[in-house]
Amino acid sequence: MNKPTSDDISLEALVAGDPAEFARLVDVYSSAIYRLGLRMLGNPQDAEDVLQNTFLNALTHIQNFEGRSSLATWLYRIAANEALMLLRKKKPEVNLDELEGEDEAEDLHPTRFVDWSVLPEEELLSGEGKKALDAAVAQLPESLRLVFLLRDVEGLSIKETAEALNLTETNVKTRLLRARMALREQLSAYYSERLPARSEK
Amino acid sequence: MIEHPHTKCEELLGSLSAYIDGDLNPELCRELEKHLAECDNCRVVLNTTKRTIDLVQTPLEKPDLPEEVRERLFKRLNLDRYLTPKPK
Repeated sequence: MNKPTSDDISLEALVAGDPAEFARLVDVYSSAIYRLGLRMLGNPQDAEDVLQNTFLNALTHIQNFEGRSSLATWLYRIAANEALMLLRKKKPEVNLDELEGEDEAEDLHPTRFVDWSVLPEEELLSGEGKKALDAAVAQLPESLRLVFLLRDVEGLSIKETAEALNLTETNVKTRLLRARMALREQLSAYYSERLPARSEK
Repeated sequence: MIEHPHTKCEELLGSLSAYIDGDLNPELCRELEKHLAECDNCRVVLNTTKRTIDLVQTPLEKPDLPEEVRERLFKRLNLDRYLTPKPK
C-alpha cells in the first residue's frame, strides 16, 4: 500500500464526517505536525500533546471547514496555535507575538564568512553536524522558528505561512530572513572552528 | 559618489532571502547579482544560507512519526479500527 498523499483526501467525505477519511488525513499530516511540535517544544511528550490536540481540534471543527485556505494550511494553523498555547503555559516569559525592531535589519550583520557550503552532505549531516544544525534551529527565538519551520522545513509558501500564522506576508518575509541569517551565522560559527583543522589534514 | 562597499552589502542582504526564493524583482535581482560577482563575503553568505535551507529539508531532518505515537493518536481520536499497518 502506498502512503496516502493530500491528493487522496476527499474534502466532501471529511466534512460529511467519514471517519475512514479522517484517518487518512491523520496519516498524511501527522508526521509533519509532530515534527513541528518537536521543534517548537523540544521534547517528544509535548510534541505528542501538540499532535493529539491538533487532530482532536480538527476532528471537532472539520464540519465547519469552509475551504478558504487549503486543508494543510488549516491544520498547520491549528497546530501552530496548539504549540504556542503550550509554549505560553511552559514559558510565560517568552514574547511570541511581537518582535522588537521588526522592520529593521540591524541583527542581520553576518560576521563569519567561512564557505562551509562546499562540504559534502554526509559530513554536514554526520552525527556532529546534525547536532549542530538541530541546536541552531532550537536556538532561534520562537516567533522566528515557527515561520522558518513552516516555510523552509515543511515547504509552505509565504502566503500559506502568513495564513497559518495570522501574519502579513511582509511580516513573514522579514522573520524568514532573520531566521535564515541567524541560522547561517550559528552554523558558520560551528564550521569556522572545524574547517581550518580539516584543511590541515 | 562611490558607495562604500560595506553599505552595499548591508543594503543587499535584506534582499537575499527573497532572491533565494526567486521572489526578487528583476531590477534588484540584477543589482544583487552584479554585487555578488564582486563581493566574496556576500557570495559566501548566499551559498551558506542556501545550504542551510537545503540541509533542513533532507529526510534525516524530517523523520516520520514513531509507530507507537501514531497508535496512541489513533486511539485518542477513537479511530483504532482504521489503524492499518503503517503505509510505506
